[in-house]
Amino acid sequence: MSKIHITTSVNGDPTEFLCEADETLLDALRDRLGMTGAKEGCGTGDCGACSVTVDGRLVCSCLMLGAEAEGREIGTIEGMAEGDQLHPLQRKFIEHAALQCGICTPGLLVAAKSLLEKHPDPTEEEARYWLAGNLCRCTGYDKIIRAVMDAAQEMREAS
Amino acid sequence: MQYLAPTTVEEAVSALAAHSGDCRLLAGGTDLLVRMRSDMADPDAVIDLKRIDALRQINPEDGGWRVGAAVSGAEMGEHEGLVADWPGVVEATNLIGSTQVQGRCTMAGNLCNASPAADSVPAMVAAGAVARVVGPDGTRVVPVEEIPTGPGTTSLAKGELIDAIILPERGARSSDAYLRFIPRTEMDIAVVGCAVSLTLDEDGTCTAARVSLGAVAPTVLLVPEAADALIGTKVDDTALDALAAACSAAAKPIDDKRGTVDFRVHVAGVLAKRAAKIAKKRAGGAA
Repeated sequence: MSKIHITTSVNGDPTEFLCEADETLLDALRDRLGMTGAKEGCGTGDCGACSVTVDGRLVCSCLMLGAEAEGREIGTIEGMAEGDQLHPLQRKFIEHAALQCGICTPGLLVAAKSLLEKHPDPTEEEARYWLAGNLCRCTGYDKIIRAVMDAAQEMREAS
Repeated sequence: MQYLAPTTVEEAVSALAAHSGDCRLLAGGTDLLVRMRSDMADPDAVIDLKRIDALRQINPEDGGWRVGAAVSGAEMGEHEGLVADWPGVVEATNLIGSTQVQGRCTMAGNLCNASPAADSVPAMVAAGAVARVVGPDGTRVVPVEEIPTGPGTTSLAKGELIDAIILPERGARSSDAYLRFIPRTEMDIAVVGCAVSLTLDEDGTCTAARVSLGAVAPTVLLVPEAADALIGTKVDDTALDALAAACSAAAKPIDDKRGTVDFRVHVAGVLAKRAAKIAKKRAGGAA
């Protein structure tokens, strides 16, 4: 079976790749485009480690076919920092030690960024519910929530 | 596997009808891709419905709403008119999975996946929603409760697909609510689910009701006896007790890792009472 040719945009860059019809977007990002920031934790949409945005909407890239990316705008963790300039969420994750092994971190950062774009001033409860689909087995979540709330405050003050 | 992305419903129907092998429809994909990964499905072809513009829209229809089969839970939650008319249907759909899953999952997909524990289905059933079924022989409109026939099976014939769910007009002093029991606060499958939709008159007397239970039988149940317990009452404590008894009597669950028969029978009644109180309050009834 011949591969499917996909033309899309990843982090604002026009991008093309070839993929199998049954290949997930996660596999296409990692294996075709070498973008290994998004991780495969469960492969079933439970853990959120593969979180990306599609046309601005937060999704699990393991639950989407690569072929579905045709003409869409994909956002990944690789597009979060601007050069050497970390995104405030990335800085706050480091400051608050909101990670340990790091597997969940790209997904949590992408999901948290999506939260703050929609709700710049979330309550802690809103943040916890929004991030309920991102599992972390190291931190116990508290430092992650503190980092997100702190970044939200800094981003509000800066805007 | 073949990946097809038709741009019209007609194209999708002819592709579905023409395909001789295992051909699956892809709406949100939050169940299909999980099945493909776990080797529970190995389709010869997948027809993606998301390139059909009409299926991605929420439009007014006959005073109610037509929700396209590819509209995500998140899009429903952001639609003010739909939330105002059918808060129970939207809250039920929004309980499916995580924020990430909400970006993709659909009511029509939830219905066709035919899980007895599907969250949006009891709410659609209580709402009196109908599925618009398109196939090689034309279009038919089917009450939502007639679509699932058992766990994982539906009444759809070969070549048929659901292109929209239609929610009826919501009159004055009417509302709905959905509650489920899960042992966690998020990201779980209903042990029991219950939806109540009701209409009150100016005195606060219930003039119409529909009650539906999930996860207590092979398919989601419409429980007319439970509705009868509310109709003609002020939805007071006596009526709520009768409602709970009717729901517990209708529940025919199984024992499994998520809950026992006794627990599910009891909780069906408890959730029905609570959901009825919420629906009553939303409809403007006195507390």
